[in-house]
Amino acid sequence: MRVLGDLFRDFRFAVSFGVLVVLVGLVALSAFSPYDPTRWLQVPKDLPPSREHPLGTNSKGQDVFWQATFAIRNSLLVALIAAVLSRAIAVLIGLVAGFRGGMADRLLMFITDSFLVMPLFLFIVLLAMLLKNRLSLTGLGLLLGIFGWAWDARVIRSQVLSLRERGFTKTAILSGTKTLPLVSKEYIPHVLPIIFSTLINNMSWAIGMEITLAILGLLNMDIPTLGVMLQWAISYQALLLGYWWWYLTPTVLAVLLFIALYWLSVSISEYLDPRSRVQRVGAR
Amino acid sequence: MQLFKRYFLPRLVQYLLVTFLGINAAFFIPRLFPSDPVLETIGAIRSQGTYLDPATVEEFIEDLRELYGLEGTLGQQYTSFWKRLFRGDLGISLFQFPEPVLGLIGKALPWTVGLLLTSTLASWLLGLMVGGIAGYRPDRPWVRALDALSMLIRPLPYYIFAFLLLILFAYVLPWFPLGGGSSIGWRPEPSLRFLGDLARHAFLPFLSLTVLGTASMYQMTKLVVQNLNAEEFVQYAQLGGVKGRVIIFKYVLRNAMLPLFTNLVLSLGQIFGGALITEIVFSYPGLGTLTYHAVVSGDYNLILGVTTISVVAVTTGILFSDLVYPLLDPRVRYR
Repeated sequence: MRVLGDLFRDFRFAVSFGVLVVLVGLVALSAFSPYDPTRWLQVPKDLPPSREHPLGTNSKGQDVFWQATFAIRNSLLVALIAAVLSRAIAVLIGLVAGFRGGMADRLLMFITDSFLVMPLFLFIVLLAMLLKNRLSLTGLGLLLGIFGWAWDARVIRSQVLSLRERGFTKTAILSGTKTLPLVSKEYIPHVLPIIFSTLINNMSWAIGMEITLAILGLLNMDIPTLGVMLQWAISYQALLLGYWWWYLTPTVLAVLLFIALYWLSVSISEYLDPRSRVQRVGAR
Repeated sequence: MQLFKRYFLPRLVQYLLVTFLGINAAFFIPRLFPSDPVLETIGAIRSQGTYLDPATVEEFIEDLRELYGLEGTLGQQYTSFWKRLFRGDLGISLFQFPEPVLGLIGKALPWTVGLLLTSTLASWLLGLMVGGIAGYRPDRPWVRALDALSMLIRPLPYYIFAFLLLILFAYVLPWFPLGGGSSIGWRPEPSLRFLGDLARHAFLPFLSLTVLGTASMYQMTKLVVQNLNAEEFVQYAQLGGVKGRVIIFKYVLRNAMLPLFTNLVLSLGQIFGGALITEIVFSYPGLGTLTYHAVVSGDYNLILGVTTISVVAVTTGILFSDLVYPLLDPRVRYR
């Protein structure tokens, strides 16, 4: 409880937490939507916001507010799948490379560096193009997960490298602890904070990528995500026609989401770093 | 010679290996998937309402197989792929038939490189200087304002930020054109009016990339400099009465530059992707917009060509940066 209290003292944490609660609330609301998000012509077209349609309606005859609740849900789902998969890869590679060292380390780091320097965007586009129309939300999440781990694997490796030199590792090895329990019981708790803060950043990256792929028309355009919503608005010339409620809804939601995720991750990692925590909440 | 053996040779080997791997990925990825680009192309043509009789389809399939380099066994395809690559032959574009892919890329590449080079250089220098001063004097009010601003801009992805700028400065306030590289119908000429037109079109994409790059560079520099402030050589210089400006630019920034430069080199691939995405928003006539057209028209040859050339461009950029690094870091030069 005290941890949470300390965290809430940082206004960035409080704000981003509040924003995320609202967004998750919208996700929960999607279950009560009176309209099917995939069907067209449910409501009159192109209405500006009113009491009946709080965020107006679009040229496809859909209610923008209810459409948005589905969009956030699906975008967050993709981001979570991508982030969890890429965390798993990053932790595995980081731990093995850092702990084993030698040839395994060099090989794994070569692969990691190759992933790091490649223009991954184009490879993701190429893959999405080949999988076009077959790509479900889960599939998209997994696809992004395969590409999002390289930087964090490096960070985890360097953490493990320093853990390996500490006294407790030698004590554990000399007292006969096997590699697997040593890594899972002793090391994982140390790298958990990094895993968590990079999870948030990776979710943010995945949503950005999802939006870009949707704009390229590489996603299933029937399933609303933030990117798909924006792509429909752009392809129906909502900008030129002045339907601001249509194109601004996904844009503003995306901006809020990105800022909230970033502030959350910065705030938490500052709190986890003892030096900046002392500055913030004082020594206790 | 010692420097070459110890520093350049490993990097050269790594460069060749990574480039080789990347080009191989571009070759193998499409072949690992069940979807057949030839049949998809024919499907796309059919869905546009063109009638094709069976004999024509057969012939067309043959032609497309040859065009896409899909004839013969995988081994034969692989050797002919490399042979063609060394001849600079990336096949023919389908979306602008019968333009060779290399020609299209050659026309687009200068736009992308120009945009990327100027915006990366600008954000690097700007972020380094402002971040350096801010890290040295973190309590000034303008530093706090910049901190808040960068906290708002940094998390935005390339697409969303560029889109916001487009809405704001092209629709709401119609100061800049909605897209393109220059006004339609203008011939390249060395006149002031044409250059002004180019700059007006390049401004928003440039601003988008530069502001995003500067925000992250500012934050990183500030962090590194704040850690350096506690170092003894900085405190010694302060006690010795060296001017603040000299300490920042001659003492602190020179040291801060090294990790930041390494960081820049490692994220070059990402910045490159970001430039492509930004181009798509502003339909700037570089590789990004070319990628967009290739994706929309299902042009596999073009997308493979763009990917291959981009891999080579990015890895070469990194190799080049590695060659520059010894100029910044004397420890690499003399040892």
